[in-house]
Amino acid sequence: MAETPPPTTPTRVTYDYVTRTIARTLSTPSRGYFLLLGAAVALLAIGIVTLLYLLRYGLGLAGYSHPVYWAVFITCFVFWVGIAHSGTLISAILFLFRSGWRTAVYRTAEAMTVFAVMTAGLFPLIHIGRQWYFYWLIPYPNERGLWPNFKSPLIWDEFAIGTYFTVSTVFLIMGLIPDIAAVRDLATGWRKKLYALTSIGWTGSNEQWRHYSRGYLYLAALATPLVLSVHSVVSWDFAMALVPGWHATIFAPYFVAGAIYSGCGMVITLLTPIRTLFGLEEIITVKHFENLAKLCLLTGSIVGYAYVCEYFMAWYSGNPTERAAFWYRAFGPYWWASWTMIICNGFLPLLLWVKKIRTNITALFVISIFVNIGMWFERYVIIVVSLAGEPFTKWANAVYNPTWADWGIMAGSFGWFFMWFLLFVKNFPAVSISEVKEVLPPPRSKPSKVHV
Amino acid sequence: MMALPKPLHDLFRPPPTPGVLAVFSHLDTTLAAIKRLRAAGHTDFTVYSPIPRHEIEDALGQPVSPVRAFTLVGGIAGCAIGAWITLWMSADWPIVVGGKPVGSIPPYVVIMFEMTILFGAILGILFNSLFAARRLGTILYDPRFTNDRFGIFVPAGSDKVAKVESLLREAGAEEVRRG
Repeated sequence: MAETPPPTTPTRVTYDYVTRTIARTLSTPSRGYFLLLGAAVALLAIGIVTLLYLLRYGLGLAGYSHPVYWAVFITCFVFWVGIAHSGTLISAILFLFRSGWRTAVYRTAEAMTVFAVMTAGLFPLIHIGRQWYFYWLIPYPNERGLWPNFKSPLIWDEFAIGTYFTVSTVFLIMGLIPDIAAVRDLATGWRKKLYALTSIGWTGSNEQWRHYSRGYLYLAALATPLVLSVHSVVSWDFAMALVPGWHATIFAPYFVAGAIYSGCGMVITLLTPIRTLFGLEEIITVKHFENLAKLCLLTGSIVGYAYVCEYFMAWYSGNPTERAAFWYRAFGPYWWASWTMIICNGFLPLLLWVKKIRTNITALFVISIFVNIGMWFERYVIIVVSLAGEPFTKWANAVYNPTWADWGIMAGSFGWFFMWFLLFVKNFPAVSISEVKEVLPPPRSKPSKVHV
Repeated sequence: MMALPKPLHDLFRPPPTPGVLAVFSHLDTTLAAIKRLRAAGHTDFTVYSPIPRHEIEDALGQPVSPVRAFTLVGGIAGCAIGAWITLWMSADWPIVVGGKPVGSIPPYVVIMFEMTILFGAILGILFNSLFAARRLGTILYDPRFTNDRFGIFVPAGSDKVAKVESLLREAGAEEVRRG
């Protein structure tokens, strides 16, 4: 905030500039946009066809084999839930910390959260194999002979993900309302009607802002413990079981840090093309990317520390099965997955100590993709490799390999996610209009001693 | 517009209010106008701004929004519902696993916590929206208020309009119109 120009200096980035620049992102899409959208829909089509095959011929088409019955689908589930987390971190936790820089990037991150949870939610349903019995997951006393076991972490997970999806959707919509009103007041034609309906009568009156600001604050205050709880609960899906490599108290903080690390990576991956395609260089600056990179560095270091800690504890515990599990992880048949994870998550973020790399958007984009690859492999290693190494006396039992069905569903999930995301950024303001204005000096008729 | 039943209609769609609308291009002139209006004894005027500003809140001397009370009520209700569904359903079909009591509190805390957040958020938002929706579309508005202009609408009968107009102009309004 220190470098804020004196309020009377006319700067290019005024309230009007912000409104018009962001409203322009909603104009008629270019060919490049349709190409991206087409690619996303094509990926989704692959996923749908694979799912139809799975429905027709059963889950045997996926690579499940004894003892690996949680595999790529659960890996993808944890991966997508993790991606979601940084969105809430940026929109809620940094809001409570009053970080001004979040304003330019939080809408993209929050939308990413909602779509990533939507994607994640598909995987348990695909994993159960018979999607038409989805309602068996809902706990209520009944005559179906199903016992709702509230002591199982899987049911906690259902409550956590359900709450997370609802609250983050509400949070996204609530943040959108003043901005939809801003684009409504500039729009024409069918968009005007759409925005008039979706801005639910927002005018920016003092009464509205009074309730809105408070409501938003409390929503952020509720979302903050929620985001920390959700990935903790996801981690307990594993940590509550007795499988060596899963049964560890470090899991909750380790998963939360990993989730935010992967999410920040995904935010960078998504923002880089959006910034260029939509001409938002003056609103989303290198400074924002640098701050995201710093978040990556922080959380990546925590993840790196957790890896060291896990291996140390496996050795220090003196427990032969635990030691064997971690030896298997690093030097067993899945050594390539473990080392991909350690290099991408443990060592790669260390590059971000260098300011030149932190401020180079191309470099950050490349790193962010490797962050995502690394974090996918982290979940693969935790889930698949821990299970594959379970019968310790006969490691040779582990014959698990993902098949085309696993990859098809995974490709479909990326298509599903990117399709929603692309549709969102073209139809609703992808950058918060009112919050970006909040960090600008307000228009004054004479210079003020108080900046901002 | 969709027709609403009578009590809701009276609440959300009262007839248009006559008055004066002023458009300001600066924050400080808006604040000056708010101060003058309050000094002149006006209390029921509406201030439009593209962003929330604490200066405006302070100048208006508004009470804190009651939304937080509903968030609290929602949170407590959610926690109670979480405790109720877990304990009741466990007691409804008691199966002992791992030698643990049928109604074990520690694992149920997770569900109570998630329900606290869910209901707190939902109830807070519901009431926030209901409060904000009051007086919807009954007073003058200008599309520039979501962009870069501030506005003040002062409800005034035909006897007071001229006085309010000159007050707003003196405070530095860019544009003043009646409605």
